[in-house]
Amino acid sequence: MRSRSRRTSTVVWGVIGVLAVAGLWELYKFLGPAEGVVVGATEGQTGSGVMILPRTHDRAMPHLWDMFARLFQSTSGGDSPILLVSVVQAALLTLGFAAVGWLIGVAVGAVLGLLMQRWRLVEWGVLPWVVVSQTVPLIAFAPVVNAIGNQIDRSGTPWPQWFSVALIASYLAFFPVAVGALRGLGAPDRIHLDLMRSYAAGYWPTLLRLRLPAAVPYLLPALRLAAANAVVGAVVAEVSIGMRGGIGRMLIQLAGQGSSDPAAPWGPTFGSIALGLVAAGSVAILGLVLSNYRRGEATA
Amino acid sequence: MRHSIRRALLAATAMTAAVALAACTSPSTDGGDDGDFEPLTSIKLQLQWLPQAQFAGYYVAQDQGYFEEYGFDDVEIVPSGGDIVPQDALVAGDVDFAVAWVPKVLGSIEATGVELTDIAQVFQKSGTLQVSWKGDGITSVADFEGKRIGSWGFGNEWEIFAAMAADGLDSTSVSITTQDFSMNALLDRDVDAAQAMTYNEWAQILEVVNPATGELYQPEDFDVVSYEDTDGAMLQDAIWADTARLESDPAYADAAVRFLKAVTKGWVYARDNPEDAAAITYNAAINAEAAFPVGPVHQLWQMNEVNKLIWAGGGFGLNNKAAWDKTIAGAKSAVNQDGLNLIEADPPASVYSNEYIEKALAELEEEGVVVDGTYTPIDVVLTEGGQ
Repeated sequence: MRSRSRRTSTVVWGVIGVLAVAGLWELYKFLGPAEGVVVGATEGQTGSGVMILPRTHDRAMPHLWDMFARLFQSTSGGDSPILLVSVVQAALLTLGFAAVGWLIGVAVGAVLGLLMQRWRLVEWGVLPWVVVSQTVPLIAFAPVVNAIGNQIDRSGTPWPQWFSVALIASYLAFFPVAVGALRGLGAPDRIHLDLMRSYAAGYWPTLLRLRLPAAVPYLLPALRLAAANAVVGAVVAEVSIGMRGGIGRMLIQLAGQGSSDPAAPWGPTFGSIALGLVAAGSVAILGLVLSNYRRGEATA
Repeated sequence: MRHSIRRALLAATAMTAAVALAACTSPSTDGGDDGDFEPLTSIKLQLQWLPQAQFAGYYVAQDQGYFEEYGFDDVEIVPSGGDIVPQDALVAGDVDFAVAWVPKVLGSIEATGVELTDIAQVFQKSGTLQVSWKGDGITSVADFEGKRIGSWGFGNEWEIFAAMAADGLDSTSVSITTQDFSMNALLDRDVDAAQAMTYNEWAQILEVVNPATGELYQPEDFDVVSYEDTDGAMLQDAIWADTARLESDPAYADAAVRFLKAVTKGWVYARDNPEDAAAITYNAAINAEAAFPVGPVHQLWQMNEVNKLIWAGGGFGLNNKAAWDKTIAGAKSAVNQDGLNLIEADPPASVYSNEYIEKALAELEEEGVVVDGTYTPIDVVLTEGGQ
């Protein structure tokens, strides 16, 4: 009974949050200056100064109801399907890339976590590089992966372009898993480890019966973070390597037509938000399966 | 003894070949010398962007069966979303022919030493504009001085630098800034003048409602500098082929002529039926994977403007030496923000050839196709968003 009322209040607060963002958008659009506020501009010098308040005119900030109505108009006029259908199709494709990226990322991250936990030397040697890897700008890294993929493809081994996207998504996804696995596998209390040793259990039984269950509360948030990261990685990768079909490319494409159709790019924008939620939500299903091991996890 | 064995072998081979030939109903052989080859029936054409009326001639040729008419069973038109650089795809052998702007290919030729030949100069004129607000006084390239000038970059900026060089301006006196593919930079006055193609972004700005009047913006609201009227004008959409393959592979050279015949016929159709051609391209675009073209009215405008660039009075697709010399001179004189030229030296003479297009045009004329002349523009009334 208590859990049901808690669930209801979660939903209510969620709805209130979304409404608050929508209200803020329309409020600022109503109150804010149409041309924004620029400070430090030199008279007669275009583009000088710093804009501190964004523009609010309809091209910069379309009304929410315009964005919503646009979803039900045809994507490119004529016989093309409505924008919502195009967005869902594109989002599903990107979700597929992100899912493959997530799987690769989780596999790589888990192996790294295991190795780093097993041998302290590996942790010292590898962990700094794992951290450094996340500082490489993705938009610089993505075309390199794509170019290498093209080379491999031309040499005869098929390398579909979507695989580059998935690989780049996995690059963002593996990090939280590697760190989460390292922390989680090292989480069991000394006393439990000693107990396992007194049973004469080796590395593998200890791993299976003690370390892995203890790691679950650390791994679940890491997997959820990895899912969100994989979506971000897939969208950015699509944009920077120009892969067509997914939501990232669709966003760029419609933004290029944004002067005369400013509400259109918001379709794929909402699509990618929904995508992130779906991806992170799917991991929550995993959490239900493993609910026995989740005792120590902080609710988030 | 050995000698006679070899002669016997030769004779046997010749006889086998003769029997095989006689048995064969098609005229194909193994391609031993220039006269004999297996004609290419399946080719790929790389575009430089997504399907839109800029490429109508190719989609019309596909739709109207012109490729089949000239012996191709299968022609794949490969769009690019910016992921594929047409000349790179051609060099790598991924495609057989490619559509690309001349200055971009000149840059690739000098940078990497590849050999490509412009076998048909589809657009005879430059379609690049620099658009500014009426009253800001930017009516010529000389007026760029001290202004903020928008450009897309990615090799689309060289006409600006060439025109500036001819007027004695460089990037220290003009602020060149990157703009995106929408026209918001000009509409929001983030730039003084924005780059636009006659057939695309210029229409996009005229598809926006002017908040002051409640009507669409009108051409009179803007000043337009057309690079075609400046020394910076460069040749744009051209069909490129692999130079070495043209020389060594007679089947490829033959396919080039047949391909150009079909393409010419496609563009002739677009010249005579702009509405149909725009509709054919638009339908190809909305059915293609994730092209998201601007609406049908926009495509008709584009078709109309593209026809103006193609049909300049002479034969379709002929390379004009004066225009080429101007392009090369501009490419050598243009200096970008980093102080670099597009090219330092003249490209090889093989960079363009009229051999294939002239042959194609001659054969088409024999078939009664009118392959030259000018285009009579139609009146296209733009709508909001081009839909």
